[in-house]
Order: sequence, then C-alpha cells, then structure tokens
Amino acid sequence: MFEQTAVATREMVLEKFPPIERIDKGPVAVVECYQKIPCNPCQTACPFGAIQIGADINEIPRRDEALCTGCGVCVAKCPGLSIMIVDGSKSAGTVEFRIPYEFLPLPQVGERVLGLDRAGQPICRALVKKVMNPPAFDRTPVVTLEVERKYLYDFRNFRREAEAHG
Amino acid sequence: MRELELLIIGSGPAGLCAAISAASSGAKVLILERSFQPGGQLIKQTHMFFGSERQYASHRGVDIADILLRRAAEFGDRIELMLNATAVGFYEDNVVTVLKDEKEYFKIKAKSIICATGAFEKSLAFPNNDLPGIYGAGAVQTLMNVYGVRPGNRVLMVGAGNIGVIVSYQLMQAGIQVAAVLDAAPRIGAYLVHASKLARMGVPILCSHTIKEAIGTDCLEAAVVCRVDQRFRPIPGTERRFDVDVMCVSVGLSPLNELLAMRGAAMRYVPQLSGTVPLRTVDCETSIPGIYVAGDASGIEEASSAMAEGYLAGLCAAAGLGHVPEDYGARRQEYLGQLEDLRSGPVGDRIRAGMKLSAL
Amino acid sequence: MRITQHPILNFDRGKELHFTFNGQPMTGYEGETVAAALHAAGVKVLAKSLNLHRPRGFYCAIGNCASCQMIVDGAPNVRTCITLLREGMRVETQEGKGKIK
Repeated sequence: MFEQTAVATREMVLEKFPPIERIDKGPVAVVECYQKIPCNPCQTACPFGAIQIGADINEIPRRDEALCTGCGVCVAKCPGLSIMIVDGSKSAGTVEFRIPYEFLPLPQVGERVLGLDRAGQPICRALVKKVMNPPAFDRTPVVTLEVERKYLYDFRNFRREAEAHG
Repeated sequence: MRELELLIIGSGPAGLCAAISAASSGAKVLILERSFQPGGQLIKQTHMFFGSERQYASHRGVDIADILLRRAAEFGDRIELMLNATAVGFYEDNVVTVLKDEKEYFKIKAKSIICATGAFEKSLAFPNNDLPGIYGAGAVQTLMNVYGVRPGNRVLMVGAGNIGVIVSYQLMQAGIQVAAVLDAAPRIGAYLVHASKLARMGVPILCSHTIKEAIGTDCLEAAVVCRVDQRFRPIPGTERRFDVDVMCVSVGLSPLNELLAMRGAAMRYVPQLSGTVPLRTVDCETSIPGIYVAGDASGIEEASSAMAEGYLAGLCAAAGLGHVPEDYGARRQEYLGQLEDLRSGPVGDRIRAGMKLSAL
Repeated sequence: MRITQHPILNFDRGKELHFTFNGQPMTGYEGETVAAALHAAGVKVLAKSLNLHRPRGFYCAIGNCASCQMIVDGAPNVRTCITLLREGMRVETQEGKGKIK
C-alpha cells in the first residue's frame, strides 16, 4: 500500500519510533525514511553520530536512541523532510512534536491549529509552542506543537485553520 | 573560425562541473549556453537535493547553481561562459556551428568537446492535450520559481515520478491548490519521502490512473481521469472529473543529444535511460575519441549523478588534451566511486541496466 | 497571477516595462520572458495552430517545443518562452506560419 499512497502503515510507523520510555525521557528523533535511496545528509548532520547509514549511501538510516539528544539538527537537513522530534517528557497527557514546515504564512506561537495524520486528514487540535527559522535551517522552518498523547503515532502535520490546502 | 581546446555545450549541473573539473586540471574551456542565464534546470529547483555532501546534498538546487557558478568564476579566463549561444550543428572535423543572440552565426573548432545538453520533457497523447493550461511540469516550475508567476489556481498533476511530486509540492508552496497527482503505473515512481510530503497535506495520489481527456474551449477548464487495468487499458465507468485550470504533464524526460547523433557518435535506444543515448566508456567518452557526454544527455538520472559525470568527463577530456594532474588517478576513482554510490541502490537498478546497454 | 510571498524564494522584480499585446497596453518586468509577462497578465493563448487554428499556449518554457511562437516587433515565430521582455515591445498572437517581411 505504501508504494501506492505514500502513507506509511501503523506497523511501519511503530518500527521507527523508540520505546515510550525513551520518548518520556526527553526529545528524540523519529526518522521516517522507509526506502533505500542514495542520500545521507542526516548522517552527516548529526553531531552525536546518532544516525548511521554507513558506507553505502543507499542504506536506510538507523537512529540510536541512546546517542540521540533530540537536538533536531537533522530535521531541517533531511531533503525528504522525513524526520521529526518527539518529546514525551513535558507532561503526562501530551507530547511535543518538532516538524518541518515549508509554507507561508508561518503559524504564531500560541495559535491553535488542526493536527493532521500521514494522509493529511484532520485528527486533533495542536498548540503551537515554538517556531524556529534560523539561517542554519536554510528556509526549512521547524515548528514545535503540543498534541494530546493519544495521537503520538498518528500526528504528522498540521494546517492553519484559515487555510484549506489541497 | 575560432579554435580552442575544450568546448562544453550546456551550463547545467553536468556542464558546469565538467568545466570546473577540466579547468582545475589546467584546460581552457568555453561553455555554450543557449539560455540567457546559466545553470540549466538548477535555477528552478527550490527543494533540497539528495545524494551526499560531495554532490551538495541538502542544498537547494537553486543555491547549487550559485555555488557552481562561483567556483567556475574562480578560474578566471580559463572558463569562458557564452550565453544566448545555441550549438546548432556538429560536424566531422569537430566544428560546432553556433547561433548567438538569434542573429550571429559562426563556427567554433575544438580539440575536445563535452556534450552536456540535458533533456526535454515528454508529452502525452490524449484528447485536447494541446489546450493552453496544459504544460510540462518543468515548464510550470520555471514559470513559478524563476519568474514568480502562478500558472493558475488549481492543478492536476499527471505523473507521480520525482518531478511530478516535487513540482506538486512546490505548487503548494506557491499557494496553488493541487487537486490530485495521478500515474498510470501501479506504484509511485518518485522517492517516497517526496510523495509522503504531499500525502500528509491531503493531496490524493492516484496510481493506476490515466488522463482520459482535457475539457475546455480556449483554455483548460477540466480534466477527466479514469482507472487503468494491469495492462494500462482504461476501465470504463471509473471516470472522474477534476475542475482544474492547469494540468502539468510529468511523464518523464528524453535525453537531448541530437548534436552527438549529427556528429556520428554511435547511438542506441535504451529504454532504461529514457531514450536514444550515445554509447560511452566508463569515462563518459563516446565512440568518437575526444567527444564526451555527461548528465541527462547520456541518459535520464538525477542532478547528483549529472554533477559527478560532469566532473569525470571534465577530468578525462582535459587529460586527453595533455592536462594530466598529479592526482588524476585519485580524482578519477573519486568520481567513479560517487557514481557507483548514487547508482548502487534499488532505485539505481534501471540506470545500471541501462548503463550496460550503452557501454562501449 | 504573480507570487508575492514564497517560503524559499525572493522575487526581485526588475524595472517595470511597458509593452503591447495585440495593441493592448500591458506591463511586465525586466528580466522576465514575454510568455511569463503575458501569463502574469492572465494571457494564456499565445498562438493558433497551423491547420486547425486551435489555441496554443506555452508548453516547455525552455525554447524546445515551438508552442509559444508569437509575432514580436513584426517578426514571426519568436519563441516567447525564452525571449526577454523589452520596453516598447509589440507582441501579437500568431496565426499560421507567419510572414517574414
């Protein structure tokens, strides 16, 4: 199905997530790269050696959850925008996501937006906590959003309420 | 008639890298570019490129054009770039005829020539496919990313390969709706990370679908699509209408290399490389000694491979002219290694098969 | 039809230029092609086909396909997708093959 829809199945997604204990300890990268393609900037970008591809740049990146600090440098570097940071350490009922968002206008901190799943369907509300767009991110802004914990494995994107994409 | 050492036709990623590589070996280079601006199709690529840092992965194509042009400029008069100059003929004595500014016509004779002429977009046959509003996906990318002009309000993308999917995403970045992306193939051809970007914005990607007809009088007003079976035959009763004012056709590229055919280089139709291509050695030399090919002109691939091929062709062409740098062997291995890396994975299967058929 | 804000690109439009399309005054910018300026003004039909006189727009935008040929300053068969706009240009829809004067 993935090859027809580009929407990852639940099993595929779960494989990319670290155990919930790790998520609850603090931020960690989820690298949703499912296909062997010649690409390795995530490995090059990681200052902690936490993402490994190896000598063959076609290999699928492996993220070491012990080495990953959730710094997020890789998020804006991935040409496929396949990486997000999840953090369950902030509260028992919510999780925080940091996702790349290359659209204008950028959301405002404190804004409530519509949370979307991997098929772009609205599933929840999300609260914008932070919007980062420093020169080092090279025009790939990264938005931090707070989402109810039950959407941990479903949330993947957001839409500002006033907009109707697609 | 002007006589020179090395002539490079085309200033896209392959041509620029070939020039940089040859000049760094000591060769003197003239680049012909038919457009009024250099960089080929890099100038409209707003997305980050794949590959490794050796091909500027993670940089946006438009910025890679600037990087390469700055590097080329560092060589001073060893690299001359002639814009608005179309190579229109290529003869047995290595004379290339050039049309400059649509009025001046003159000859250039070069000891060695690298053909880095790129590719053009294929079209698709369906009723009313000639209506204004139906454009090549790359053309729409030029209109919107080079000139900042919206192609319309709502787009149907025909073709879910890398270009179709990337241009769809870029349309949305420019604030234009994408009604759907369709492809007759049963699977998405693009890198799936690109396709997932669209999917999570709610854009339907319809595999096993084709365009049945376009509707409109003076311009496109709507398009009818339908499902196809495993043998690509339309399935009656599955028609769906999309009200769109733009349709992008992104059904692949064809290598642009008529000049090499005219010169008499051995050519072969290789479907895996998307068209008729010159036979070539591992060093990108064609069947005619001293005549090289690099980039999409030698078979459709990614810009990252075009750059690596350009470096290799530039190095080898310069060496053939007597400019053999001390690190010739190491550089050659480096570029060959880059190409092997880029082509070694599953998405490189087709390319590797094609390369076998076009190998000299 | 012009993009005013874009997440990746800045469009530094050049000097405003004045030209005519079938006698009608139009404006565009220095550094853009005739076809881009016309498209920005909402003009999509650039020519009529040779035999059936069907409307033609641009298709390839790299000067390869001949779909965008127009009469510019009296000269027919000008590929407007790769021809830069100039002040005072007279641009006309081309019907048929065009005549060289």
